[in-house]
Amino acid sequence: MNNLLSVSGLTAGYGGAPVIHDICLDFVEHQIAVIIGPNGAGKSTLLKTIFSLTEKSDGTVNFKGGDISTLKTSQLVPLGISAVPQSRNIFPTLTIEENLDIGTYAAPPEDKAAVRNKVLNLFPDLADKLDQPAGELSGGQRQMVAMGRALMSEPSLLLLDEPTAGLSPAYLEKIFDLLLDIRNNGVTIIMVEQNAKQALRIADQGHVLVNGRCFVSNSGAALLADEEVRRLFLGGVAA
Amino acid sequence: MSEVVFFINLYLVPGLTIGAVYALGAVGISMIFGILRFAHFAHGDLMTIGGYGVLTAVWFIPLHPLLLLPFGIALAVGAALTVDKFFYRPLRQLPTIYTVISSFGVALIFRSVAQLFWSSGNQVFIPGIRPPLVLFDTFRIATLHAQVIVLTIVIAIALHLFLSRSQMGRSMRAVSDEPELAAIAGLDTDKVVRWTWIIGASLAATAGVFAGMDTSMHPNLGWNLLLPMFAAAILGGIGKPMGAMAGGLIIGLAEELATYPWIGTDPFISPSYKSAVAFLFMVGLLLFRPQGLFKGRLL
Repeated sequence: MNNLLSVSGLTAGYGGAPVIHDICLDFVEHQIAVIIGPNGAGKSTLLKTIFSLTEKSDGTVNFKGGDISTLKTSQLVPLGISAVPQSRNIFPTLTIEENLDIGTYAAPPEDKAAVRNKVLNLFPDLADKLDQPAGELSGGQRQMVAMGRALMSEPSLLLLDEPTAGLSPAYLEKIFDLLLDIRNNGVTIIMVEQNAKQALRIADQGHVLVNGRCFVSNSGAALLADEEVRRLFLGGVAA
Repeated sequence: MSEVVFFINLYLVPGLTIGAVYALGAVGISMIFGILRFAHFAHGDLMTIGGYGVLTAVWFIPLHPLLLLPFGIALAVGAALTVDKFFYRPLRQLPTIYTVISSFGVALIFRSVAQLFWSSGNQVFIPGIRPPLVLFDTFRIATLHAQVIVLTIVIAIALHLFLSRSQMGRSMRAVSDEPELAAIAGLDTDKVVRWTWIIGASLAATAGVFAGMDTSMHPNLGWNLLLPMFAAAILGGIGKPMGAMAGGLIIGLAEELATYPWIGTDPFISPSYKSAVAFLFMVGLLLFRPQGLFKGRLL
């Protein structure tokens, strides 16, 4: 198993104040890694730091063996990293078709039509609404457009910040199933999730952050079975 | 002359012509607000610079001014990219009021430069009186008005196709919608900003030449048109270029038609007050529908 992305000694935050401290984590290729932890633990900040959206004060981020810590966000998409923020993750006045198309501009795929078909096969709900402005869609469908846009550049790594936030339970299950499909298509996923129990069920790796530091890392199943993790972070009930 | 022909010749066509000038100027204002997030108060003076670019070309090249438009466009685009680099870009991370005030300063610079190089007097592109275009033995339309209306329709179609079909057009709309997401999607936002200036300044120069040919070139030409152009941009919905086009035509028509003798034989509003119509439109819209007709961004 190869590591696709490794962060080491990563300290970062906003306005000179660090939020995450000395984070060291490895993310294995073709796996789903879930980052959980209490509010304010620095989960989203870690994801944003990997995507060069915060101020790094120390540490490195290695992707496919190369240091990407000093690169700008716009330089990461052509390397094969795509990200979906938690909110404001679609272009509301653009149609679904245009939203998907935007995903190809920074890293044009060799066969755009084939990638588009692949994405629409993953999200068939979108196929008959391609001319509709994305802002008119429901929360779950917006999330699909956002993930579809990110997948249009054929990334090897997909960063997702709370992809199920605010979704109904029906959509929540649907999104988790889709994430398994995306992983099975060869894409590595790192995601931050508040629905920790459900997310750990599909996770190959799980990482728990507390106060901006790594608390524990293990497989998703092992974290679900861990008494202390269950008591502190999963509401104390059996998984 | 029947009442309808009188209305078309003297009110409708001139209204559409001044509306086209407002529309072309308002597109730039609307795009700059949508993408760069500030009200560009130097846009009228950018029109003036473009107009003088063509006027200068006319002195040296014996061609119709409209054929020399590329000279005015090149001058206005060069001026816009230069002021963006030295006056607006360094202020981009600060609250937008800094850039707005800076654009006031740039407006004064443009006007002073125009006075310095081209004098403060009125100058015409083509001296003499030109015969009107007579259509169906009935309609007598100034040739320039016909040219302005046709060219504006062509520009509106081209702009619509550019914004909806081309990669850069879609990128511009994406940056206008969600600038942070556009950066996350890997779009080159600096290139988008450059293209915004190129398109906004090109259309401003075209509008400046239309306005200068319809009356005369003088350093205050664009500044005097700024208020109705802002009214047009707000009417169409800020950040909605095609809305700004429609807004310009509506404001231009409203101004002209307000002077038609709707009741009795005297003008409904004295022509010297017609610019107040644009002002009333703007205030009314800001009060009752600040998002404009095309659901643009709130100011």
